[in-house]
Amino acid sequence: MSVALDSKLGTAWKKPPFISSRRVRIGFLIVALLYLFLATLGTKGLANWLAVFGIVEEGFKFGRIDRFFSGIDVNWSRIERGLARGMQFIEGFMNPDFTSRLDDIKQGMYESVVMTVASTVVGIGISIPIALGAARNIAPLPVYLFCRFVITVSRALNELIVAIILVAILGFGPLAGFITLSFATIGFLAKLLAEEIEDMNKVQAEAVQSTGASWLQRINFGVQPQVMPRLIGLSMYRLDINFRESAVLGLVGAGGIGATLNTAFDRYEFGTVAAILLIIIATVMVLEYLSGIIRARIK
Amino acid sequence: MLQLNGLTKVYNTGDKALSDVTLSIPKGQVVALIGPSGAGKSTLIRCVNRLVEPTSGSAVLDDVNITTLGSGRLRKMRRRMGMIFQEYALVERLTVMENVLSGRLGYVGFWRSFLRKFPQSDVDEAYRLLDRVGLLAMADKRADELSGGQRQRVGICRALIQDPSLLLVDEPTASLDPKTSRQIMRLICELCEERGLAAIINIHDVALAQMFVERVIGLETGKVVFDGGPTELTPEVLTQIYGEEDWEATIEKVEDEDEEAKA
Repeated sequence: MSVALDSKLGTAWKKPPFISSRRVRIGFLIVALLYLFLATLGTKGLANWLAVFGIVEEGFKFGRIDRFFSGIDVNWSRIERGLARGMQFIEGFMNPDFTSRLDDIKQGMYESVVMTVASTVVGIGISIPIALGAARNIAPLPVYLFCRFVITVSRALNELIVAIILVAILGFGPLAGFITLSFATIGFLAKLLAEEIEDMNKVQAEAVQSTGASWLQRINFGVQPQVMPRLIGLSMYRLDINFRESAVLGLVGAGGIGATLNTAFDRYEFGTVAAILLIIIATVMVLEYLSGIIRARIK
Repeated sequence: MLQLNGLTKVYNTGDKALSDVTLSIPKGQVVALIGPSGAGKSTLIRCVNRLVEPTSGSAVLDDVNITTLGSGRLRKMRRRMGMIFQEYALVERLTVMENVLSGRLGYVGFWRSFLRKFPQSDVDEAYRLLDRVGLLAMADKRADELSGGQRQRVGICRALIQDPSLLLVDEPTASLDPKTSRQIMRLICELCEERGLAAIINIHDVALAQMFVERVIGLETGKVVFDGGPTELTPEVLTQIYGEEDWEATIEKVEDEDEEAKA
């Protein structure tokens, strides 16, 4: 037996810690806990608390650091009033009213479905070439940087912000929603598809390349078969997201079932609100079920 | 015929994978390239069809200098070089037939290949090759349904349908069992003989190489350290290529297997 082994035998083994210095490790923990405590309590709360022990005077202000520890104020009287409104809402759910605004709901659903399907199809159509450009293993650097830039812009701008701008430009209606969702689809689908392409099995594409295939043929034979199941799965998921988003975009005037929902809220028709929400839930469930079937069939 | 002149490859990391490799392989000659892992065997054959760009030197096939070709001419030249891979490198979600026909991609236009409307002569040749390797019945199966040996046969068909004059073979038997390994090596060598193809075969298994090829090249840290017939591989030579080890067993085994193969 070697000396090195001898000195190890009989000693306990522990996984090496992520931060090796014990002091730093425990210091981090204490600072984090302290911040959590102060942030929830707030400086106002802390001052009151310290005043109880006579450390500071009643009504003491911490000055500048107040900004960092403003805390989460809880307004109990507001919650009490709100609970009553919440109950009204829940009562509405018990009696969903599908009939009195049926035409509005139909119109809204029709707009939403068209908006969802059209924006998903167009979004995927634009996403695929951008995803190819954004995969570092098949695209040259300038193309890669450009496509990544497009993706980043699309991801950085939230749907609601884009929709508000587009409604201002194009006016109320589903056109703004359609463009918003197509644009948002690019950031989502192109990014995830590009990552899938970067993770693909390199030799399969290399083998196709070694036969003298052109770039397009290499994509069609060497890359596409590898990423197709993921592309279909992501597309189904995006269809689902776009439908749910179409309900939200209506709130800022971009048409669809969201607009109907907004109107129902404004009129305090909680029965209709409940009916619309139930329809949205049912639709999402149907989409989920469909995508499950489709994904099981392509493996 | 293939002529390598001072072929050198230095990777971006500074590793010198090949240094000044010069050799020539006449038409129809099957050569085994042996050497330890990391000796540059894979890099060497990838430098020939420029899946890896050589740093300096040249590779000349049938009087065309491959190293200086533009991308269009390179694609045309790659059709002349069939490649067979270690892990088969079939596109797993495509059918066997699509995999074999992908060997014709250098010859057909994009839309024809996209619509899978290959010329009848290509389709016929694909069927003939599949029949030759005993996989005709598997034509419409997906590649990932096949066993290892079957996949490698499809890989061989894909390389041969290119109608190449040179085969670049990278560890064809590394993921196969001993019996299948021999069958695959035998198949490759038979097909080379039938079609008068030259081949460079990277191989770990020295005994297997000795059984099938007429010439062995030993590579060690990117340099050619041995070039001769399979019978010239003595323990001294193997020590020079791989380092100190008891080589008698390896070589003796070869002789046994040779007799067994003849019997």
